[in-house]
Amino acid sequence: MSAPAGWEAVIGLEIHCQLQTKSKIFSGAATAYGAAPNTQADAVTLGMPGVLPVLNGDALRMAVKFGLSVGAQIAERCVFARKHYFYPDLPKGYQISQYELPIVFKGHMDIELDGGVTKRIGITRAHLEEDAGKSLHEGFIGQTGIDLNRAGTPLIEIVSEPDIRTAAEAVAYLKKLHQLVVYLGICDGNMQEGSFRCDANVSVRKIGAEKFGTRTETKNVNSFRYVEKAIEYEIGRQVEVIEAGGKIIQETRLFDPGLGETRSMRVKEDANDYRYFPDPDLLPVVVTSGDIEKIRATMPELPEAKRDRFVAQYELTKYDAAVLTAEAALATFYETVVKDSGADPKICANWVTTDLLGALNKAGKEIGDSPVTAGMLAGMLNRIGDKTISGKIAKDVFEAMLAGEGDADSIIKAKGLVQITDEGAIEKAIDDVMTKNPGQLADYRSGKDKLFGFFVGQVMKATQGKANPDAVNRLLKQKLAP
Amino acid sequence: MHRLSIRDMGAGLRAKKFSSSELVEHYLRRIQALDSRLNSFVTVTPDRARSAAAAADAILARGEGGPLTGIPLAQKDIFCTEGVRTACGSKMLDNFIAPYSATVVKKLHDDAGAVMLGKCNMDEFAMGSSNETSFYGPVKNPWDLTRVPGGSSGGSVAAVAAGLAPVATATDTGGSIRQPAALTNLTGIKPTYGRVSRYGMIAFASSLDQAGVVARSAEDAAFVLQAMSGFDPLDSTSVDRPVDDLIGGLGKSVKGLKIGLPKEYFADGLATGARAAIDVAIAELTRLGAEFREISLPNSPLSVPTYYVVAPAEASSNLARFDGVRYGHRAEGVKTLEELYKRSRGEGFGAEVQRRIMIGTYVLSHGYYDDYYLKAQQVRKLIYEDFRRAFADVDLVLGPTTTDVAFKLGAKTNDPVAMYLNDIYTIAANLAGIPALSVPCGFVDGLPVGLQLMGNFFDEARLLNVAHQYQQATDWHTRAPKEFA
Repeated sequence: MSAPAGWEAVIGLEIHCQLQTKSKIFSGAATAYGAAPNTQADAVTLGMPGVLPVLNGDALRMAVKFGLSVGAQIAERCVFARKHYFYPDLPKGYQISQYELPIVFKGHMDIELDGGVTKRIGITRAHLEEDAGKSLHEGFIGQTGIDLNRAGTPLIEIVSEPDIRTAAEAVAYLKKLHQLVVYLGICDGNMQEGSFRCDANVSVRKIGAEKFGTRTETKNVNSFRYVEKAIEYEIGRQVEVIEAGGKIIQETRLFDPGLGETRSMRVKEDANDYRYFPDPDLLPVVVTSGDIEKIRATMPELPEAKRDRFVAQYELTKYDAAVLTAEAALATFYETVVKDSGADPKICANWVTTDLLGALNKAGKEIGDSPVTAGMLAGMLNRIGDKTISGKIAKDVFEAMLAGEGDADSIIKAKGLVQITDEGAIEKAIDDVMTKNPGQLADYRSGKDKLFGFFVGQVMKATQGKANPDAVNRLLKQKLAP
Repeated sequence: MHRLSIRDMGAGLRAKKFSSSELVEHYLRRIQALDSRLNSFVTVTPDRARSAAAAADAILARGEGGPLTGIPLAQKDIFCTEGVRTACGSKMLDNFIAPYSATVVKKLHDDAGAVMLGKCNMDEFAMGSSNETSFYGPVKNPWDLTRVPGGSSGGSVAAVAAGLAPVATATDTGGSIRQPAALTNLTGIKPTYGRVSRYGMIAFASSLDQAGVVARSAEDAAFVLQAMSGFDPLDSTSVDRPVDDLIGGLGKSVKGLKIGLPKEYFADGLATGARAAIDVAIAELTRLGAEFREISLPNSPLSVPTYYVVAPAEASSNLARFDGVRYGHRAEGVKTLEELYKRSRGEGFGAEVQRRIMIGTYVLSHGYYDDYYLKAQQVRKLIYEDFRRAFADVDLVLGPTTTDVAFKLGAKTNDPVAMYLNDIYTIAANLAGIPALSVPCGFVDGLPVGLQLMGNFFDEARLLNVAHQYQQATDWHTRAPKEFA
């Protein structure tokens, strides 16, 4: 859905991405999600009098990794700054962030739009900062509960240039960024848990206008669907206001998923003066080109490169390659299957994308929770390859593996599914079928070719489906010939 | 017993002339009997002191331990001490029992075996030059109970000068170790910025604060500073550099030492009596072999204005955490969040602290940051450059510590700027980050005068060496106020 005729939307996105370090950005407190309130808040997290911050090197390295993956510049020298405001979930009364000199700047992300068009979205900067705690209102009467477990968790705030023009572009950008940070292993991407949070800055202007319109900020829209809806609503609302002769107020808005609307939260005009200044408790961070190369060497293969490699190496279609590389875990699964089974990669791809993913999606499971491991699937494919079972029988084996009945070998053994390849046995079964069906035999021999399938079916029935289909076909042809 | 140096106290403990427990009882009795006149302690910790002394005695009995094992010591109430009230001179923290100990506290007590007697009074949040801003009331100068002991480490110096503790820790942001030491006839040293860990030291101005010692001699100070110093991984601004042997370095001769006299420090504003005492000291040091020459620190007049932009700015930020939410004073009966903040902070902070928070907020605010804070930090570089140039020519810089001897209680409380000008000679060292100390060098009408020595980065050993040599040749530092003899 695009902006109303004659209008253009200008959108910029700010993403707060939690870095999955073991401990906090400035202290050793744990960062794991879901702990009882305030059990992961040490003296530094609590902003006790006298405490001091010490930078977590892993957070810095993850930020650099991110910068390298979006073709950005890595600052040789970056500085932490204090951003001041009073709120109960901000223990020190200031957030340690970065202001004038962020760690990463001038990057980009190329997104694919409908019709195969590529668009480049600029990434102005990404900087390191600490997360705030949580304010909880439910369950507290006339009070607010403050849980500081989250306070101090490392974040990178990724700011895009206002290059985005539609809600669809915004979602494409978000999805690609989301995939990237999970691929890099720097973020778990769990939007429900708040690991990846999006704020959307939206303004509108008449097509052809030079200046940007006044923008609003819609905060904390935490699913791709909601981002799309919120942006679409906001574009529509702003156009409506202006066409009715009104002015857009620069403000912060919240998205209401129930109503599908944004509503005003606070007017940004009166917003805090954050009184940024360089944090005197932290030294400027120096990153040398040697440091950068060391980090670059630890970077994983990125989604696009992996997809292109799958197309080239495994001769897959771009579509299948994209499905298999959508998640790093799935790509690893697939490649393990290929390596361990020696089967045709295209066949492996079919099993993974159709049979396995189909079953997992139905059960609402992720690849990481698959009852069929890559090893198990490879094992089963090997049994097809060595003709122990046919491709058809394999479907039954696969269902059994999904149901947790064991690996391919134990299922084949338990259910007696070993394929009959002994030609003598197959011939005997064919002879038997031919004897029992003289009418059809005569009809076939007099020209009714379609009856071939009937005989195949009878032979398979007689052998409980275990006869090797290729052998059955070959031998039947021989024996049925007049 | 309370007249013994730390060296002699240590010798006495080892010779079993007395035990640490006896030492501690002696001091506890003196505190009990005499501190009501001074108000130098906010919290005395007799039980803790007694068990620590017993533990020290056990270590000494085994023939183990170091120079500070079993030696009683007072902590400025700015250092968090686990399980003990740490109030920083403020109503805001009157109810605050620290849940952890500062690195300095751990080093002195857990590692070096010193025994904590209690927490000393101080100007509120270290903001003051007279110890008159404390929530716990003013501290009196043992030399004249109608006069101030100086600040912000007023309690620390009063306790040591009156023999209520052999030695005390203190902190210095603009002169808060050196100025009170000068007004009470003590030796006080502020080390190089980054020499001593700030972890657990309640922050006033992060880029200026440093922990140090006030003692009755340079040697006493050396023992304690040695134990306090060193890299701390919990403090990103602490420097990873080995600590010199401060005691071993005391004995060197000062012959040939080049000492600079900044002409800006010997101009108007320095009281005649103080000037005279310093001149005598210069003559004494010359006799010992030091060579003096005039130098110039041309940006000196900018020190006080620079400091009073930078320090309040950082303080306004550091004190933002005192909001009544997690610890400290929380106003009662509040109905809204805004009321919680305004009343908790309004009730918890005294006038001087509120004044500096407002100045600090102003100089960091949008539209003023460039002209004030940024500009002040740039000027700070000029002040540092003055010293860098000076130390290319001289080894040390000598000047007065204060403009005059201790003033009367209440004399400057109505004139904040007059109060701020007390720091005029001491502030530059904090801005530049260099080490500095004050040594007693005479009396004017029975009131002590201090002399300041400033050194290059990490030159604490030389500063203490010169002070010690001076103290071998003079006896100003051995005098004690009659009333507390």
